[in-house]
Amino acid sequence: MSYEVIGITVLWLFLYGYLIVASIDFGAGFFAYYAKITKQDHIINQIISRYLSPVWEVTNVFLVFFFVGIVGFFPSSAYYYGSALLVPASFGIILLAIRGSFYAFENYGSKQSNVYMFLYGATGLFIPASLSVALTISEGGYISEQNGQVSLKYFELFTSPLAWSIVALAIVSVLFISASFITYYASRAKDISALQLVRKWALFWATPTIIMALTTMIALSQKNRVNYENMLDLWWVFGLSMGFFLIGISLLYIGRNYGIAFIAIMLQFFFAFFGYGMAKYPYVLYPYINIEDSVTNPSMAMALIVAFIGGLLLLIPSLILLMRLFLFDADYAKGKK
Amino acid sequence: MDFDTVTISRLITAMTLLFHIIFATLGVGVPLFISIAELVGIRKQDKHYELLAKRWSRGFVITVAIGVVTGTAIALQLSLVWPNFMQLAGNVIALPLFMEVFAFFFEAIFLGIYLYTWDRFKSKYTHWLLTLPVVIGAGMSAVFITTVNSFMNSPNGFTMVDGEFVAVNPLEAMLNPSSPTRIFHVLGGSYLTVAAILATIAAIALLRNKGAREYHKKALKMTVIAMFIFSVITALAGDVSAKYLAKHQTEKLAAAEWLFESEENADLLLFGWLNKDNEIVGAIRVPGFLSFLAHGDFMSEVTGLEETPEQERPPLIIHYLFDSMVSIGFFLLGISFIYIVLSRLKRWNVHSKIMLWLLAISGPLAMLAVELGWLFAELGRQPWIVRGYMTVDEAATSSPYILHMFFLFLALYIVLGTLFTITLRKLFKDNPAEVELEKHYPEWKEGIEK
Repeated sequence: MSYEVIGITVLWLFLYGYLIVASIDFGAGFFAYYAKITKQDHIINQIISRYLSPVWEVTNVFLVFFFVGIVGFFPSSAYYYGSALLVPASFGIILLAIRGSFYAFENYGSKQSNVYMFLYGATGLFIPASLSVALTISEGGYISEQNGQVSLKYFELFTSPLAWSIVALAIVSVLFISASFITYYASRAKDISALQLVRKWALFWATPTIIMALTTMIALSQKNRVNYENMLDLWWVFGLSMGFFLIGISLLYIGRNYGIAFIAIMLQFFFAFFGYGMAKYPYVLYPYINIEDSVTNPSMAMALIVAFIGGLLLLIPSLILLMRLFLFDADYAKGKK
Repeated sequence: MDFDTVTISRLITAMTLLFHIIFATLGVGVPLFISIAELVGIRKQDKHYELLAKRWSRGFVITVAIGVVTGTAIALQLSLVWPNFMQLAGNVIALPLFMEVFAFFFEAIFLGIYLYTWDRFKSKYTHWLLTLPVVIGAGMSAVFITTVNSFMNSPNGFTMVDGEFVAVNPLEAMLNPSSPTRIFHVLGGSYLTVAAILATIAAIALLRNKGAREYHKKALKMTVIAMFIFSVITALAGDVSAKYLAKHQTEKLAAAEWLFESEENADLLLFGWLNKDNEIVGAIRVPGFLSFLAHGDFMSEVTGLEETPEQERPPLIIHYLFDSMVSIGFFLLGISFIYIVLSRLKRWNVHSKIMLWLLAISGPLAMLAVELGWLFAELGRQPWIVRGYMTVDEAATSSPYILHMFFLFLALYIVLGTLFTITLRKLFKDNPAEVELEKHYPEWKEGIEK
């Protein structure tokens, strides 16, 4: 495999990791606020904060990893995305900052204020919306380059059906992934009332997720024909994704094996996300950045891959320890430790 | 008001970093002291130290949170505000940036575990062991980021052909000539600053005299001793850095010392200011000392600013930054030395009002020195972003929205700074050490212990 393929695969894997862990976190914020205003917070908020408190810093790092990595492997992405995304990414940073400080100020500082709970819930939806702009832009047609000046075409972006359907897809996926994870976590903790409540939410958000996925396909076919047709050629990948979706949703509906249900849903997104990624190949930003032409020099690529493997050898055992202590320790989940 | 995008780009980055390095410095240093306090507590079976580690780590979580969000901001802003720089430099210096994220990841995982497992292990040492990856991860983050900044000062590990970097050697770029001295100085400075900040907390508590005096005295003793050790190390590192500058980055040292013409037996210039005709007024001159500091020889020649083309000279105000930083460094060294001497002499009260007041201002002064030192490092590199290869003018974004973003981030930092202060105050004011001692370790209350 060439450096650029290894590089983009690793980065895509990290972006997928972020998609899962961040979705759980973002959705939990929304659900926590929703539960508060519908007076159900006594049922569910304890379980949310017990899981999220020890792992929140870890979530952010996945994102930083992705963009530091993409600038490392494909330096021209710093130039194009950096120039074009100044405004949307700055808003993304502000939202992430509000959210990150929530943990510090609320969980460790004082008792919960309504304003902060609202911000926590709202940022959970706005962050995925603002980050998904990068995916829309990557399809091409939203950036102009004149006299060496790269700028974003705001009008095209805000009037684009593709942009809005990607935003909607991002939001409903966040809620679906998060609800199915919290269902699993509640079942680990044997918290029946929380389990029943969140299971309903997970089932509810499943349908919009599939509808928005199909809508986005249609919008994409109008914007970037090549990418769309590549996706049709990879029909079996999306078929697998659909299959895992059905397994996950059936288990949730029957009401058993929530762990397997969540894994199936993770696999659903894994195949959809990689299918989409493979269909984009070889473009990171259509038509400006194509991974073969814009990959960094071989010595840097090699160094990054070595650093990456070394880092993983260090991180994987640490992550397993973290998960064993907080996620898979039933006593901790129940709140006994 | 008419600003160009380059100036705003510099201001926005300066603002983010000035804010971020407060939390970055605390993030690098505090874990070391938590680790030391917990270890001493276990070995001496002294609950005061255990409580110290607990209270420090509680405050630390809040600084980490701000460090994470501002760190994410600066990591993104590098590409958003300096797209041309990252496109060029990404080819050579991406490796340490990438590894920094790993180091932070490692630290974050173990910090999460550490905070939530105080009573989960049978042996107390197991919990203490968790501090080690946090200390190492935090230190390594500082090391990697410092190599990136060093690269900007002394780029190495590539050759430039047609405006692009080729024949890249990422390790050589990372371990560029200024890396060792700067890593040394940054790490020493961070530990020194955190020792001073923690000493300030203890000194203020003793001045307020609300109880738990033994507890605060132990904290003060531990941190002031550390302050002394790290101020010696930092001063040494600063000296090595100056020697490096004299050899490889002459214009920075010359501008800091207002040495306009190359000179043998050059004087060290302390304080003073420049009048309208750019003449030095009111400075103290230490004969021959600049030559000595630069090359270890009073008669050696120090290169003056005249040898750098006019448009490539750094601004002369860096002299003030440099002098203030060094003065604070010596103040910290002096005050911690006096404390240690006085504490050995039985006749003297080492916890006198004056002494406590001097220690109380050490923390803020040390943090100021960190900010000044960083400003000195950055302004002293101007007009370059990568010295000799790319200027800041060439690197900045051309987006017209940069001014709006400046105010957006200004608002963010004001909000974060305010909330940080409020939360920290609440956290410790509602639950002071004396109350917590009484509640959790009644046998360790004042006066009862041996």
